[in-house]
Amino acid sequence: MSGSTPQADGPLLEITDLAVRYRGRHGYVDAVRGVDLVVARGETVALVGESGSGKSTTALSVIGLLSTQAEVWRGRIGFGGEDLRVVSRRRRAALLGREIGFIPQDPTVSLNPVKRIGDQVAEVLLIHGVTDRAGAAEQAVTALAAAGIDHPEIRARQYPHELSGGMRQRVLIAIALVAGPSLVIADEPTSALDVTVQRQILDNIGELTRSAGTGVLLVTHDLGVAADRADRIAVMSEGRIVEVGTPSVILGDPEHPYTRSLIAAAPSLQAGRRHHRTAGVEVGRPLLEVTGLTKEFALPGTHGQVLRAVDGVDLRLGRGATLGVVGESGSGKSTTARLALRLLAPDAGRIVFDGEDITDLTGERLRQLRRRIQLVQQNPYASLNPRLTVGAIIAEPLASFGTGRRAGRARAAELLDLVVLPAAVIHRRPHELSGGQRQRVAIARALAPRPDLVVLDEPVSALDVRVQAQILDLLADLQGELGVGYLFISHDLAVIRQIADTVAVMLAGRVVETGVTEDVFDRPQHDYTRRLLAAIPGRHVVGSGT
Amino acid sequence: MGGYLARRLGQAVLVLWAAYTVSFLVLYALPGDAVDTRLGADSGSDITPEQIAALKSDYGLDRPLVIQYLTQLGRALGGDLGRSFDNGRPVTSLIAEGLPATLAIAGAALVISVLAGGGLALLAAGTRHRRLSRFLLNLPPLGVAVPGFWVGLLLLQQFSFRLPIFPALGNEGLRSIVLPAITLALPTSAMIAQLLAKSLSQSLAEPYADTARAKGASRSRVLLRHALRNATLPALTVAGLLTGQLLSGSVVVETVFSRTGLGRLTATAVSAQDTAVVQGLVIFGALVFVLVNLLVDLLYPVLDRRILRTTPRILITAEGRT
Repeated sequence: MSGSTPQADGPLLEITDLAVRYRGRHGYVDAVRGVDLVVARGETVALVGESGSGKSTTALSVIGLLSTQAEVWRGRIGFGGEDLRVVSRRRRAALLGREIGFIPQDPTVSLNPVKRIGDQVAEVLLIHGVTDRAGAAEQAVTALAAAGIDHPEIRARQYPHELSGGMRQRVLIAIALVAGPSLVIADEPTSALDVTVQRQILDNIGELTRSAGTGVLLVTHDLGVAADRADRIAVMSEGRIVEVGTPSVILGDPEHPYTRSLIAAAPSLQAGRRHHRTAGVEVGRPLLEVTGLTKEFALPGTHGQVLRAVDGVDLRLGRGATLGVVGESGSGKSTTARLALRLLAPDAGRIVFDGEDITDLTGERLRQLRRRIQLVQQNPYASLNPRLTVGAIIAEPLASFGTGRRAGRARAAELLDLVVLPAAVIHRRPHELSGGQRQRVAIARALAPRPDLVVLDEPVSALDVRVQAQILDLLADLQGELGVGYLFISHDLAVIRQIADTVAVMLAGRVVETGVTEDVFDRPQHDYTRRLLAAIPGRHVVGSGT
Repeated sequence: MGGYLARRLGQAVLVLWAAYTVSFLVLYALPGDAVDTRLGADSGSDITPEQIAALKSDYGLDRPLVIQYLTQLGRALGGDLGRSFDNGRPVTSLIAEGLPATLAIAGAALVISVLAGGGLALLAAGTRHRRLSRFLLNLPPLGVAVPGFWVGLLLLQQFSFRLPIFPALGNEGLRSIVLPAITLALPTSAMIAQLLAKSLSQSLAEPYADTARAKGASRSRVLLRHALRNATLPALTVAGLLTGQLLSGSVVVETVFSRTGLGRLTATAVSAQDTAVVQGLVIFGALVFVLVNLLVDLLYPVLDRRILRTTPRILITAEGRT
């Protein structure tokens, strides 16, 4: 297609002994410590690892987009006979966009908000003088169409904010591929997207690069995505590649203990449940029962139009059981959780908690109810007050229900023990803890007033898979010990499968399917549930591999 | 778009009314009026109380405050801002006479500010030399901190007296504009430079700038074609403040350079306690401020389509359902 630069012999990209470090306040921090990686022509190589493993740093050093604090201080980045580490700025700029395409992580912020989409795609061709303005505009529309954008002529004249996240990622794919590069660097291209959209996007990247014979370096934290999409997988940990192989070898016969622990933790690769319990058996009245729950929001910028975010939802949660509510963004699952918590008032429907209708509860009685229903939020970085010590954070809900300071402190210590954190953590502040530790603190805080129900809103979505697995284990243990009920909200079916006794699948504000977890997953009735299940990455490998 | 425009216009009218009312309260409701201070006790002259009363009734100062407020507001709506106590001439014609001279230096100052401030910001954001960038970014605070009259005097000393390039006084000719305009432009350029440099460096750190770099765009292309337009938006918000700064700066500058104009008019009206003229100038200032902000508000949607967000969010979530 482009033909000019890389010679036909040898690998497309050959990274040897790459080392990158960041200048920190206390000297250098090593991010990449001697990485060797080869991408052959037309080959897709997935670089897999947890946050901080150095996978993104490795990929970004190929295109020279590292932050100014970063320094590539050793190694060679061979591309078509040149070393990208030492080429001139001008030469690198000539290769970027033309020979090396880049698909960034977050489509919502990666397009220029004040430029038309078509112009942003065409710009690549104009920068490299591939064609004139009219020809570039024409090719941009073709590239948008190839990236799966409907009505590309109209879309080309739109601005980024008029498109959905998935559509914007398609635009970025068009930008990366419009000049026909021989290598594409994709840095977590779908981690910000819903699972069904993720599948379409990855399918699209796969088709386009395969037909053009483009090499792909796919950076992902998701072993399932890597297994589905890559010819080879390179597993990265602490700045080094610990294992390289084909998906069937990496997943079926991993050598390195780190790879094994990743696979064991990855929810999408584990078919079974974390803890077996007699699911579906209910004793006595349910803990939480909502019927006909409805909530509408006025749409900004319209006159009186409303969006029905939650539309007649019925849910039922047994005592000491877990109800998983699963759906994509905009499905109304978080609004449902906020309604159940009585943080929002429903427009219609009833909420019955432990036999008592709490729909219209106000004042002191509502406040007392708050003790019995607690919340754990998605982002443990934002939901803990950075100025308080862990002890104070955990004891805070106790103080508001009349527990004294000393008793609160004792209870905090007890809870830290319960969530398996060392006792010394009690004097630390949130920023001194890791993401997983923070989420444990958030769980301890929720459990402090001995609630009957904990609403968990995407509690593990911001965490790496191995930490995710630990938190899920912890939640299951705590439930067994304390008999607390969980309303577990997640976009991740694989996570829901591991933790929930019963599942409700939400789509556009409605529950389209509900039932015992195993039934829903093994014999899905609704078409949407089937599509969601089919979109879980790594499924075909699970069948053949482990 | 229609709703947006109507909202902005409504706000503009409200601001003007508020400016009128507040300035009226401050200038008229306080004890002692222009006639008292001018012809009162200290003059010790032969003016009789009857004459004072006649003068007061001539200007309507003897009537109840509410009536004064309403009649004056009614006249102001018709474009009549009253007469000067000093020379009896209509305030509107005094303003009209002073306007061209002030407009000349303020306009020149605005051009200088945009060029100098914008240029400095672009250079600071665009240069690869960190020391140069840091040095440039230290200039704006200095520009804001230095008092205008001092700079004016310094410029006079250098370029009028030591090197007679520009005239030291007066309104004569284009050359007389140069030094006042530079003096006036100093704080505003500094404001523009500081704001634009900050929002440029923020824009350059955005992921869309990385997308542009990954296209192979040169440093200047990323700066000028991608970052600049996004960075202009926050800088544009202060356009109203800048105009205010230029108007109030003209008071000092026109005094230092002995020019006539609105600034000079303000200075003399204030020292002579010519209430009607002072209020007229306040309202005129508010009018300019409101018009500039209105212009900015109308320019926003042209620069950034997101401001006219009429497409509801439902469009954005629609894809997952198809």
